[in-house]
Amino acid sequence: MSEADIRKVVQEELNNIAPEIDIATVDPAADLRETIDIDSMDFLNLVTALHHRTGLEIPEIDYPKLATLSGMVAYLEAKLKSAKTA
Amino acid sequence: MPSLGADMETGTLVEWLVKPGDFVKRGDIVAVVETQKGAIEIEVYQPGQIVQFLVDLHSKVPVGTPLALIRTEGEAKAAAPPPLAAAAAPMPAPPVIPQPAAAVMPPPARPPVPLPAAAGVAARKAASPAARRLAEERGIDLSAIAGSGPGGAITSTDVERHLAAAAPPAEAKRPLGLDLAAMRVAIAAAMARSKRDIPHYYLQHQIDVTPCEHWLAARNATLPPDGRLLIGALALKAVAVAIARFPAFNGFYRDNKFEPSAAVHVGVAIAIRGGGLTAPALHDADKLSLDDLMSGMRDLVQRTRAGRMRSSEMTDPTITVSSLGERGVEALYGIIYPPQVAIVGFGKVVTRPWVVDGAIEPRSVVTITLAGDHRVTDGHAGALFLAEIGKLLQEPEKL
Repeated sequence: MSEADIRKVVQEELNNIAPEIDIATVDPAADLRETIDIDSMDFLNLVTALHHRTGLEIPEIDYPKLATLSGMVAYLEAKLKSAKTA
Repeated sequence: MPSLGADMETGTLVEWLVKPGDFVKRGDIVAVVETQKGAIEIEVYQPGQIVQFLVDLHSKVPVGTPLALIRTEGEAKAAAPPPLAAAAAPMPAPPVIPQPAAAVMPPPARPPVPLPAAAGVAARKAASPAARRLAEERGIDLSAIAGSGPGGAITSTDVERHLAAAAPPAEAKRPLGLDLAAMRVAIAAAMARSKRDIPHYYLQHQIDVTPCEHWLAARNATLPPDGRLLIGALALKAVAVAIARFPAFNGFYRDNKFEPSAAVHVGVAIAIRGGGLTAPALHDADKLSLDDLMSGMRDLVQRTRAGRMRSSEMTDPTITVSSLGERGVEALYGIIYPPQVAIVGFGKVVTRPWVVDGAIEPRSVVTITLAGDHRVTDGHAGALFLAEIGKLLQEPEKL
């Protein structure tokens, strides 16, 4: 899975929660929960979906790293890389 | 047409999920009705066999209008051809058009490319949960989409491609079955009635939820996301358990008297994207394990936001819990949803200096509020009720 793939997965799953949001207009450095108005239940559903689609463990303790769009993509990418080399 | 709230006068039948000849049991979902609150799945309370439909699809009828004839088991044995249930019809029955099975099927799929799936099993077509959810939200028939995933499964990308090709009107972005303007009218009517009829009193109580946070962090650390709990589940369970000791906050005020409810059906206030609010019931919340309660909440939130609530969930909450979440405010003062007599609010969790064993420590603190109905209870009972909720949240492992 390339970075572009990860970005696409994240965008799709975000749109499943917030269909009216155009991800292209979301500031990649802004806090996602605030920018697209998602609550803790939405966020848990998002993490659940990302876990299922990437097969990666996403422990609760790492949630702060997933706070922004760019942070989320970078986190998943790094996890995938280390999963491959492990 | 069942009444799905004190302010409902009419409803529009939009879908039958059964057909004449089908046997139904109590609790089965038989139809979908469009109301001011959105599309509601209608459950049946009478076990038996569907004999015929009495209302045409897409017709708007007053509350109380019979929608279908059901022959109960006893009647079936007696083989009485004109079923007694028909007596319930106040009007001369409209011309009966026994609907053939085909009438409840989705409109024929457009020709494009479906994989060799047998006609009629469209609803079972392989699709990823994300694709299914997206299709449901946008009101798309999956059978009209070609799948590009493993084994021809439909992926959310396929659905998006289909959406782009179909160029839906902007209006279609709204979740299926939710009319936010109509919902606003319903909220306004219920809240105005509440403010007019219910002498509210308000209490607030700050509690330390650090024990909940520690317990959740330890528990969730070893679980995949599907199994994780949110603090909201603990809050809901604590209210449901506390109410057993304070039954005067659980039930309905009707016809100038309070009717306590033996069952604890907690209404969960759910915000709808784009504005709108509804509080369907999580049934028997006091008896659910935390895991079951959490999955019940997830299911309720997901269905509500997709515009698929069920009739019983709309009509029978016995108390409401509202939580504005972690980006909200520290305290909220709810308006009781009639005919209920109480609403409990949870503010966001904040870190505050707190005195523990004589020393000041940073702790996670939440403000719980209660709006109570003075026709039924007083502030004294309310204070004890809130204190009990706070106490229960000190020992989350026992919830």
